[in-house]
This record gives sequence, structure tokens and C-alpha cells, in this order.
Amino acid sequence: MKKTYKIEVDCANCANLMEDAAKKTEGVKDCTVSFMTLKMKVEFEEGADPAAVMQAVRANCKKVEDDCEIYL
Amino acid sequence: MNKKQKNLLIRIIVAAVFFVPLYLISEDYVHVDLPQWAIIVLFLIPYLTVGWDILRKAFLGIKNGKVFDECFLMTVATVGAIALGEYGEGVAVMLLYQVGELFQSYAVGKSRRNISELMDIRPDYANIENDDGTLERVDPDEVEAGSIIVVQPGEKVPIDGIVVEGSSALNTAALTGESKPREVTVDDDVLSGSINMSGVLKIRTTAEFDESTASKILDLVENAASRKSKSENFISKFARVYTPFVCYAALALALVPPLFMMITKIGMAGYASVGALWRDWILRACTFLVISCPCAVVISIPLSFFAGIGGASNQGILVKGSNYLETLSEVTTVAFDKTGTITKGNFEVTAVHHSPIDEAMLLEYAALAECHSSHPISLSLKRAYGKHIDPKRVTDLEEISGHGIIAKVDGTEVAVGNEKLMNRLGIPFHHCHHVDTIIHVAVAGAYEGHIVIADELKEHSKEAIAQLKKAGVEKAVMLTGDAKSVAEAVAKEVGLTDYRAELLPQDKVACVEELLKECTGNRRLAFVGDGINDAPVLSRADIGIAMGALGSDAAIEAADIVLMDDDPMKIAKAIKISRKCLGIVKQNIAFALIVKAVCLVLGALGFANMWVAIIADVGVMILAVLNAIRCLFVKNL
Repeated sequence: MKKTYKIEVDCANCANLMEDAAKKTEGVKDCTVSFMTLKMKVEFEEGADPAAVMQAVRANCKKVEDDCEIYL
Repeated sequence: MNKKQKNLLIRIIVAAVFFVPLYLISEDYVHVDLPQWAIIVLFLIPYLTVGWDILRKAFLGIKNGKVFDECFLMTVATVGAIALGEYGEGVAVMLLYQVGELFQSYAVGKSRRNISELMDIRPDYANIENDDGTLERVDPDEVEAGSIIVVQPGEKVPIDGIVVEGSSALNTAALTGESKPREVTVDDDVLSGSINMSGVLKIRTTAEFDESTASKILDLVENAASRKSKSENFISKFARVYTPFVCYAALALALVPPLFMMITKIGMAGYASVGALWRDWILRACTFLVISCPCAVVISIPLSFFAGIGGASNQGILVKGSNYLETLSEVTTVAFDKTGTITKGNFEVTAVHHSPIDEAMLLEYAALAECHSSHPISLSLKRAYGKHIDPKRVTDLEEISGHGIIAKVDGTEVAVGNEKLMNRLGIPFHHCHHVDTIIHVAVAGAYEGHIVIADELKEHSKEAIAQLKKAGVEKAVMLTGDAKSVAEAVAKEVGLTDYRAELLPQDKVACVEELLKECTGNRRLAFVGDGINDAPVLSRADIGIAMGALGSDAAIEAADIVLMDDDPMKIAKAIKISRKCLGIVKQNIAFALIVKAVCLVLGALGFANMWVAIIADVGVMILAVLNAIRCLFVKNL
């Protein structure tokens, strides 16, 4: 399953870091972050609960880039 | 500017106002008696004003175990400089760094807005007429397919549909890049995203909002940025390695040379004391750190692609991803479908030859035999016949792919098809001296003559091929199911380098595979088709280009690049846009990396101080961003 989320982040490198962080989160199969459109596209693992996974993704992203935001 | 940017701007101005007089005093340009401690304290005011959030992020980064980010680097470099007594430089670095950040965020925001304006086809509402004749504005999402909507002059058509009342001129520039208005009247199709210019239209919707052209195009363009190009991936990998590398190099620069000098006593004569030696090398290391921020390259690459995709969509060229733009720029071979791509596909019966029976009779047989087919040639036969066709008169219909049709019309066996079909049935036939599509007809096993069907070349086909060659395409090959003589004539007329004729649909894929084998190294093959029947070929080629594909879902799905109208000139334009965009990407990568490398070397050798480093860093970023924005301007390519 794929979902797209709107994000808020200030720099292009930070967006790359968020992408890495999200990819490493459990339940995420793949993720792409587009800095230009400020969108995060997440592909979830089979059977993962998107709501719970996204909470973890957001926490992980906040760790690498403190003033980023993912609008869930 | 948004709130964050305004905030940063104010902080920068306040800090600059404090900083300039202080700098003049500390460098003794203006003589004011101040104790050393007072100068330090006064310098801390602009430093903290402009840089507190950087310090905070650096601290949080360390706490979260993620050390090497640019905030950390800036913090170490500036704190290092201040601790070594270079107050002015330390504060200036922080100040200029923030100026760079502000510029970058402003430029990116601005180009985001520019591009969304270019693609401003998102309809905000739909008008529904109530029973009493008043109009009600509703969310286009709520309108079901088959409803009647009213579009007034100046409004956007929100949903695809068919005109049921009224006539008007539509501006379809945002969809097709074509500036000439399109006249529509009752029973004409209208596409969402076009703007009604003159009269009130009542439209019966044929799709829901999500399935409408405007929504699909927006979806496509918005998702384009998530298919990243090789260059983007290269840069993000590079950034991951570059920053830690420079940090360790800085550490080595701060420790190794001075230790080496102290042990070997080489070069110590240049320094007044051991303290001066350490101070010099640590300052050099701090300069190193200032150059280590990868942001200039990292921002300019996706910005270039984004601007390129935005500029292209403004010209009626939809690119589905940065990766496709990149591949397109490497295209050296273009394979074309003939019908609908090079020719208009509006077949017309121009003559009937060698018919011993009445010509109208022959046409009737042919039209009846082809009555179930929607092939453009069948349609032209039916048009030429012009009378109502009763399918009940046709029985035992057999379609032989790539040959034609055999059927019983009113109980008589009729064979309608090309030379191959006649050969297969063993019926002798007359060759035609015309180089158009020839349909032979045999009735009850006897040859009854042939029908000549002509197709027109598109206006710009010849020019388009010339433009393609100018843009660096080495081979332009036409693939067609049509007869060799027709293919040869068309190929010669428009200046194609090669053609393959008499191909069955499945042969086209094989042909493309063969051509792909010839594309060695960094050469790519693009296939251009009208999206009808060639979806497998579109997906097999390195780049599939579907033209005039608005409304054809299969083509939009299978293609990597969608041309919104069917003008073949757009193919050359798309390639030129991609070349320009990739050129800018390469310029930016090379420029940023070279400047950084030179600054690193000069910094290590002690020729470049922190001023040079930060100005190089911010300057490269600003120039790279400005260069990237050039990708947006593709109108006159």
C-alpha cells in the first residue's frame, strides 16, 4: 500500500536525511521524499498499520531533522 | 516570504547592524577604547541573534547521535574561530551562512509557486444548476459522472464532458500549450482544465473529478518529482560521504601537521611560538569545516529537474519523472509509429481501380466486411460507403491479423485486405502504381479490384525530423504495418534515416529490441506512438513518448512522456528541454565541486581564510540556484 503525505522541511539535504530515516523505520518498504513538492510517498510493508508506522516515521524524522513536520 | 523567512530576515538585519560597527572597531578602523572582554560580549550579541537556532540544532544533533550535519559544522567552525580570537570572522561566517539559507529558502519557495502557477489547471469548483435556474457552486469532487454542469465565461472546465447546450471558444493552453482557442459546440468533447472564453456552456460530465484530465495531469506532474534521476541519487550519496570526509580531514588538518612540525622541527621557524602554530592550523581546519556544507549542490539538482519538468509541462509536454528527463537527454535513436504520429491518420478513400463491378458495389462489400473493426482504415471505408451498415448481412467473419478480413456478405464470400491476403488465398491481383495504402477486394474467390486509401502527412512532420537531427538524434526510424512502397515514400518525404514496413503489431516490439541492441554506451532509444495499440512498444523502449494522448488512459499509463497535442515538433522540443536541463545539472555539479575542491586546497595551504570560504560557499549556492531556475525558461527552445 502506498500513501502520500505533505511535509514541511527547510533544506534539500534535510529532505534526503528524512528519506533515509523513513526507509529505516520498521513497516516501511520504501519511501521517497520530494523536497520540491514537499511530499513524502511511503510504501508500507504487507500487513503494517499505516497510522502506527507513520507515528514512528515522524519520530525518526524528527530525530534527524528537528524542525521537520509530517502532516498525518 | 513566509513567517519563518521574515523572522530570519529580521534577525539577519539586526545582527548585521550590530556586527558592522563592531567589526570596524575590532579591526581598529575606528578607534574606540574598549576592553577585550567587552568586545567579546558585544560580538556575542549579533552571533547569538543570528545563529541561536543553528547552535540549538547542532546540540540536538549530537544528543540524537547524528553529529555530522551542517549546523554542527557551522557551530564548530564559528565557535573555534571565536575561541581563537577571530571574533569578526566567526560572526561573519554565521551571518553569511544564514543569508545563504534565507536566499535558498526564498528561491525554492518562489520557484515552487512559479511552477504551480504554470500548472494552474486545478479547478476549484463546479456550477450545478438548481431546479429554479439558479447556479450553485459545489466541490467538483461531489459531482457524479453524467451530471449537467454549467461553465460560465472566464471559468475553468472542472470535469471532462460533452457539450449539451451552448457554444464557445476554449483556451486549452494550459493543457496543450496551444495558444489558438478551440471552438466547441453541442456534442463536442471538452477537457477539464481548459478555460471557457466566450459563451455559457452546459456540459454533461463523462467522468468523475478524480478521473478527469485535469486531475490526472496534476497527479502526474506532482508525482514526477518522486521518481528521482541518477544525478539526484548520485548527489545524495555524495552528500552522505562528503560531509563526514571533510570533518575527518579537518580534524586531521588540525592535528597532524602541527604535531609533525613539532616532532621534526621542520617549518617551525615560520611561527613565533608553539601556540601560534596550533592556532594557525586549527583556523585552517575551521575554514575547512565552513566549506564542508553540501547544500549548494544538494539543492540545485532537484531544483533544476523540478524547473525543467515544470517548464516542459507548460509547453504541453508531461514528463513523468526526473529519471525520464535524464534518459531523454541521452536519446540518439527515435523510432516512430507512422499512423497518427508522422501522418494525420485521417485515411480517406481516394480511388477505386480495376473494378469490373460497380465501384459503389465494391465499396459496399468492403465496408460490410470491415463493419466490426475500428481500425482507421476500416473507418475510412465505412465513411466512403456513407450508407447505413446492417451488420446482420455479415456472417462467418474471420480477421487475419496483418492481412485483412474474410467474411460472408449476403452469403457470398468476400476477402478484403492487403497483398499478403491475396497471396495467401492464391488470388492473382493487380499492383497499384499509387504509393498509398491499397485494399484489395476479392468476391467469391475472384479479384474485383482495389481501393486506394491515402493518409496525409502532418504539417510539421518534415520540420520535426529536421529539428530532431539538429538536436543530435542520429537515427530516426519509422515502424509501420503499412506496405513497403508507402513506408518508403513517407520516409523519403519527411527525411527519415530508415524505415521498417509490413510489421505486425508484435513485430514492432522485436524491431525496437533490435534497435535497442544497436544503442551502445550512453545512447538511448525513444519510441513515439499515438498510444493506440502500441502500449507494449512504449514500455519496451528506453523512453516511451505518447502523443495526442489526452483521454487515452492506456497510453498515459504506458508512456514515460506524454505530449498533450499531436504536433511532432514537440518531440524535438522535449529532447531540447531535457538536454538543456541536464546541461544545467552538469554545470552545477561541476561548478560546485570544483569551487569546493579549490577552496579546500587553498584552505589547507593557508591561502584562503574563513571569509573566502564562506563567500565561496554561499556564492556557489546562490549561483547554482539561479542557474537551476534557468531550466524553467524553455519556451523558445
